[in-house]
Amino acid sequence: MATYQCPDCGYVYDEKVGCEHEGYPAGTQWEDIPEEFPCPDCFVREKPDFEMLEGGK
Amino acid sequence: MMSSAVTPNPADLMGSGNEQHVTEEERKWAVAKRYWYLITLIVPVLLIFSGVMAIETQSGQWLWLLVTVFFIVIPIVDFICGSDSFNPSEEEQAVLKDDRFYVKILYAATALQWAGLVSMTCVVTQGDFSWFNILGAILSVGAMHAVGLTMSHELGHKMNDKNQVLAAKICSACCGYAHFNIEHNKGHHKDVATPEDPASSRMGESLYQFALRELPGAARRGWNLEASRLNRQKRSVFSIHNELLQSLAVTVVAYGIMTFLFGWMALPFLLISAAYGWFQLTMANYIEHYGLLRQTLENGRFERCQPHHSWNNNFKASNLLTLHLQRHSDHHAHPTRPYQLLRDYQDAPELPHGYPGMMGMALIPPAWRMIMDHRVVEWAGGDMEKVNIDPAQREEIFSKFHNPKLATA
Repeated sequence: MATYQCPDCGYVYDEKVGCEHEGYPAGTQWEDIPEEFPCPDCFVREKPDFEMLEGGK
Repeated sequence: MMSSAVTPNPADLMGSGNEQHVTEEERKWAVAKRYWYLITLIVPVLLIFSGVMAIETQSGQWLWLLVTVFFIVIPIVDFICGSDSFNPSEEEQAVLKDDRFYVKILYAATALQWAGLVSMTCVVTQGDFSWFNILGAILSVGAMHAVGLTMSHELGHKMNDKNQVLAAKICSACCGYAHFNIEHNKGHHKDVATPEDPASSRMGESLYQFALRELPGAARRGWNLEASRLNRQKRSVFSIHNELLQSLAVTVVAYGIMTFLFGWMALPFLLISAAYGWFQLTMANYIEHYGLLRQTLENGRFERCQPHHSWNNNFKASNLLTLHLQRHSDHHAHPTRPYQLLRDYQDAPELPHGYPGMMGMALIPPAWRMIMDHRVVEWAGGDMEKVNIDPAQREEIFSKFHNPKLATA
């Protein structure tokens, strides 16, 4: 399971946790998150801007 | 100054703020400022006070108090007190960031906002006032709603704090602006300063044309964003989980109770005041990004939002009143940054007055264009291809302002 971080606000997407509120249940893999996924905290950075913290491919 | 704003210093983008020497006077101001933020509470307090005075003295002119303070007193105080050049240092930011005092002000403001609405509705429906003075009450309540939405805006950006998000919804519900937090965060911040954003005004567009595009456009976008979120969750858009409908339900119940308690006259008063509150927020939106445009990159995406994509303003009084909303360049570059940390950018495009004064000018379109159009042209370095222009006025604006020689210089 990998984690990815928003470079602006520091939000961390953890595949184990997912992002239930935005409709991505726990266990949703990063590769299954759409490209236009905005950071669910600041909404100004998108998936391609995120930086891998650990375990990513 | 203006041309350097187009290519900002990378350090500004990363959030180190502007290098500056802090004087003793500024240091004192920075300490006092913590308590001066309480001035935001004066808006609902003044509204309640004006209602009590109107009843006590049986003089309806009191109902005009808040709108007068907003559009006349605040611009004068801004003029007298001047601008606020203080930016907190890295160490000061670390302390300010975790100080709960600043969040408590927001909670108190939310509660007072509702108290102000209830008390003024009671005063207007129970007293015997002329239509002219009731108009004053409507504009005053609307002005309170608009300032209240700046509280809601601040709370609604803290998505990682459940209490603040809840307070944001309750605050937005005060004027029935149910879609605000969803639409603003996920819609406006994503599309800001692009032709796709109904909440970014275009050069040549009057406030009134903008309102007709922004008000329905933002409501539609808010609804669609919430619908697609619920769709991903495999829930119906008409479910109890629809946050837009949750906020709307608070408004319907509260307005229903007030109508039951104060009589039928309460309902039109509440609805018209709310509509004016929406319009005053539209005025703020009109001011914040007029004509500014993010460039399209080679990959077809818009460049990332940077400090020079928002008009900035740094007058002391109106900045305290709007929780630093006028330090808009920093806000858009870093939307989750709490209000007490927002910094002034020396290189950002600058408005000549605070929001209340600029709103007054926006109401008179020729005055607005006289003051703002040349600033937009300077910002773009004479290249009108870099400006967000009203398509209907494209040719006229190009023939009047486009100066390719200046643009390539």
